[in-house]
Parts: sequence; C-alpha cells; structure tokens
Amino acid sequence: MYTMGIDVGSSSSKVVVLQDGVQVVAQAVVQAGTGSSGPGRALEQVRQFSGLTPEDMDFVLATGYGRTTLPMAQKQMSEITCHAKGVFFQEPSARTIIDIGGQDVKAISLDDRGNIRQFYMNDKCAAGTGRFLEVMSRVLEVDLEEMASYHFRSQSPASVSSTCTVFAESEVISLLSKGTPKEDIIAGVHFSVAAKACALAQRVGVRSEVVMCGGVAQNSGVADAIQRELGQRLLVTHDPQLTGALGAALLAYEEIMRKGKSA
Amino acid sequence: MSEKMPSQMKAKELLAYYQAKLDEEARQAKANGKLVCWSASVAPPEMCVAMDIAMVYPETHAAGIGARKGALDMLDVADRLGYSVDCCSYGRVNIGYMELLKEEAMSGKTPEALANSPAARVPLPDLVITCNNICNTLLKWYENLAAELNIPCIVIDVPFNHTMPVSEESKEYIADQFRNAISQLEVICGRPFDYEKFHQVRQQTQRSIAQWNRIAAMSQYKPSPLNGFDLFNYMALVVCARSRDYAEITFKKFADELEELYKQGGSAFKGAEQNRVTWEGIAVWPYLGQTFKALKNQGSIMTGSAYPNMWDLSYDAEDESLHSMAEAYTRTYINTCLENKVNVLLKIMEKGQCDGVLYHLNRSCKLMSFLNVETAELIQEKNGLPYVSFDGDQTDPRNFAPAQYETRVQALGEMMDQAQQTGQE
Repeated sequence: MYTMGIDVGSSSSKVVVLQDGVQVVAQAVVQAGTGSSGPGRALEQVRQFSGLTPEDMDFVLATGYGRTTLPMAQKQMSEITCHAKGVFFQEPSARTIIDIGGQDVKAISLDDRGNIRQFYMNDKCAAGTGRFLEVMSRVLEVDLEEMASYHFRSQSPASVSSTCTVFAESEVISLLSKGTPKEDIIAGVHFSVAAKACALAQRVGVRSEVVMCGGVAQNSGVADAIQRELGQRLLVTHDPQLTGALGAALLAYEEIMRKGKSA
Repeated sequence: MSEKMPSQMKAKELLAYYQAKLDEEARQAKANGKLVCWSASVAPPEMCVAMDIAMVYPETHAAGIGARKGALDMLDVADRLGYSVDCCSYGRVNIGYMELLKEEAMSGKTPEALANSPAARVPLPDLVITCNNICNTLLKWYENLAAELNIPCIVIDVPFNHTMPVSEESKEYIADQFRNAISQLEVICGRPFDYEKFHQVRQQTQRSIAQWNRIAAMSQYKPSPLNGFDLFNYMALVVCARSRDYAEITFKKFADELEELYKQGGSAFKGAEQNRVTWEGIAVWPYLGQTFKALKNQGSIMTGSAYPNMWDLSYDAEDESLHSMAEAYTRTYINTCLENKVNVLLKIMEKGQCDGVLYHLNRSCKLMSFLNVETAELIQEKNGLPYVSFDGDQTDPRNFAPAQYETRVQALGEMMDQAQQTGQE
C-alpha cells in the first residue's frame, strides 16, 4: 500500500512516498514553492526515481501554504499537524519541535503520544524565517549553503536585530561597512534567528527532547545557535526539509487505516 | 428602501431597514438644523437621546466601511495626516472620513474618495461623546475630532476595575459623570434637560438589551440555531439604536425566528456542526466572509464571543441614583482585571459548549489583544481547550493574511479532532 505526502511551502516543494506507513520508497525536494513549477517537478522526480505517480497511491495528503492547490490530494492538513507527525515518527522522544521554513517559524509542544499540546507561530513578519536568511545571504554575498562554515569560524558574534528583516538588513550593511568579519556577522544573523525561534519555544514550554526540522535546519549554524540559546541539546531530524511531507504521508496512511476500521 | 412594512419584515430585513433609517434620520436632522452627535460605541446614549439628538456611531460606521472594502481610501487620508498604522484602524478610518466630509463642507466640492466610498453617508457632528470603558484611544480620537471641527466633546470617564465587583465609590463617580454630561447637554442644547424622557429612554434601553440577551442565549443549544457571526452583524443595532425601539423590534424578531428554528430542530449551520469555537476579539471586518468560511468549511461553528456581549448593558432603569446604570457601563469585561476577564470568557465558552478558542491578536485593539496571550494561557489551565491565535486587524486589511489565518484555523480544527478522538479512546 502506497501513500503520498506533498508539502508545498512558500519556497520549496517536497514529496514523500511511503509503503505500508513505514518505509520511505521515494522522496523529492525542489527549491520552488507554491504557485510555481515546483510541485510538478517534485512529482516528476518521484516518478523518475520510483516509477510511482499520484495515481498509484492509495491516498494523497497535502500540506503547506500551497496545500489547496493540488487536485490530486484527497485531503489537506495543516503543516503543524504534519510536522508533529513526521518528527514524532522519526524521534519518539521529541516533546518540543522547532520548525523553521521559508516564511514560518513555529514551536510545537507534544505529549508522550505525539499529540499536539500547543503550538505558536511567528506573526506577520519575516524575521527569523528562511526568507530572512536568504536576504542576509544576498547582502553578505555568501551562499546559503556556506553560511554554516562561516558561523563556526566566528570568534565574536555580532549583534543583529531579531525584530524586523529590514532593520536587520540595515544593521548588517552597517556592520559590513565597519569592516566586521563576515563570520561574526553570519553568526550574529544565526543568533538572531535563534532568538526568534527560542522565544516561541519558551512560550510552549521547552521539554526534552527538543527537535528541529524544516529547511532552515539544514544550516547547522542556525541549529548551533538555537542549541546555545536554549542551553540544551537540540536534535535535527533526518532530511529536515522533508519532515512535513513525511508527516503528510503518515497521516495519509492513518486515513486509510481509519476508513478500513469504519468500513 | 423596502416597500414592506416593518411588521412584515424578517429580522435580516429589519436590520438593514433600521440601519438605513438611522443614517437617514441623521442626515435629516442635520438638514433641519437639529443636533448630530458622534458617539463611542459603549458610551451611554441615554442622555443625548433624551434630548432628541441624532446619534451616529463612528466605530460601527468604520466597521461597515471595512466590510464593504472601502477602508483603504479612508486609511490613506489618515496616513497622509500622519496617523501611524499602529493607531486603531476604526479611529483612522473615521478620521479619514471626517477629513473628507470637512473638505467637502469647506470647499463645496465632494472629494473623489468620498464620492466613490461604499460608506453609508453620515453628516458631520455638532458634538461628540466618548467613554473610556472599552479603551483609552477613544479619548484622544474624540478629542481630535472635537479639535478639528471645533465642537464640544463630552467625556464620560470610567475608572478601570482592578478588582471586582465594582466599588460604590466608582459607581458614584460615574453617576457624577452622567450628571455632568447632562449639565453640558443643557448648555449645548440651550434648554433644560428632559428627565422624564431620560427615564423612558432608560426603560427602552433595557427592553432592547433584554431582547439582545435573548439572541445571545440561543448559542447554548446544540446544534446551535445561532451562528455567532450573525451577532457581529446584528451588533450594529445594539450599538446604534439600543435606546430606540428599532433595536428592540429587530432583536425580538430575530430571537423569535431563532426559537422557532430551534423548536423545528433546525440549525444555523447548513451541514453538520462538528465542533464549536469561541472567537475572542473584534471581527476582521474586511475579511468577515473569509474568516467565517474557513471555520465553516471544517465544520466549526462559532458559538461564543465576548465581543457582542459587551453590550449586555442590563441595569435597573428605575434607579434614579444612576448607580445601576453606572455599574452597567463600567463592568465591560475589557475594563476589568485579568481575573474577571478570564472568568467572563470561561462562562461564555461553557455556555456555548465550545471545543476550542480562536484569539484575534488585533493590531488595532491593544487593550483587547495585549492581554490575550496571558488570557489564553490562564483559560487553558482551567478548561484545557485547545486554542490558536492569529494576527489581524478590525478594519485595516493590510494587517491580515488570509493564508496565515487559514493555517491556524485548520490546526485548531485538527487539535479539536484530536481531543475528540483521544476522549473517545
């Protein structure tokens, strides 16, 4: 039995295909989100890798900001529930989740069965999100993928505002013009993201294990900053960008099981 | 205007009919040289109505402009005058509208933004009356209106209730504020105050409020014959006409219709009511339909909201000391301590048999919204219901993102489902 989870976010499209609710048989990530060719390209990658298409699925469940734009999906669920499901599947000891995506930062608190106890998300502001890092990467002329290596070379992280992307951008430009090393600015940017995420995590109550997912978790510099800000261990999920899609595929499987029970 | 007689109209028709009639009466009053007063929504209208002054309510008017997608033009005027987007959007819409009316009065030409506005046309005021029982912005906003138009400003000052119940000293102070307003009105109107009519107006107000409370009580039934979003619409008359029989007639009709629907086993919800939510905060008027539909699409009906309940202004109309009336106008839940606010909301959730709560973090309404973070946590400690909050604004469409709202509402729906499933296991 195959189920598919599709997570169409603001800046990327992710697909996971599960067999019997446990085995990942195909996955794809395309760095183009809702309203773009991203979802179609991600599905095509899955087809090329596994020969599987949405028609071969017993259930397709969509999540992310583009969740309502996919005609092949039989159900849509919020990314909060999908991330919680995906993280708990990979790490059953997870009690606090920090998920940072393209335009969302969220902290989710789980009970010992993986149910959502509470969650908080960022407000209508890009500070602390993946988009914030993209803006900084452009200003600093450092690729996103290289930011972590700069972070770990920093001796004295600079102070960068966490309240507003535009304010932070001006601060970074000013730091650059003063000759502050890029390593220190980048570490400062990462601490700025961490401050925003940790404030949300503290609102839901930080309980071990704390697990990070979402595209930004691929930046080990941000993960390091969050760990230091929290003062406790932070785990990062395997393929963190795919956690939402994995959760969606798992929830798709649960849908079939539930229908089977009630049939 | 409809050709039907009011006695033949349904509640929804009565609502539209009386809203239009109130605006027309205000325009006629102005044309005939009678006084027009702009009033804060929970300021007591009883004294002005007793003196036969036509009343206009800027908050309701601004909400109407917002719901008809006309807020941006008015907000642009306020922006140009230097009002920050952090100021209340009701205030900014109204000040923008006032500025356009003033420009028209001074130049004899109707500004394009006013001519094209979907706003119901209301006349400029001859006086304003405000009250700080729901927020302090209303003081500066109305002072600004009075200063801009060089007209009298009546202020009913109401102390914040740091403890409950309301103290006798506070009631006496507020009753004095009413008496002072009466003296001001005698000067403004140039004639003695009509105490007999004042008594009748208080009695009328109580008849209107009694019918309003009949409507609000309908959400306790399951399935609910009342959709809470309807209260947002009918609220226009409890604000603008509670001291007139227009409100009483309309609310009685609506309450009768709801009772009949309930007796017939009907529900407000076309489709199965899967769960019930409380909406805490002011409506997002420019997106009223979308905010309602996101809930409806997942089977969530709103059966609890403290906002319309702010107009449960029940008091003893025979109490000539005016202490009872003073108490009614100060116990508004956002004019009370956090503990009382939590208790009021807990009762609303219990009465509405709610399964979850949606908190509107309203950029315009600091008093209602800033306490919501703490309120939400205290309430969850007591009743354990899942909740989410979303960022929005009552009338500035730029401060609300439908996609963010929909994600949070869907997550709330999923948390309520999860709670139901866990409860069944």
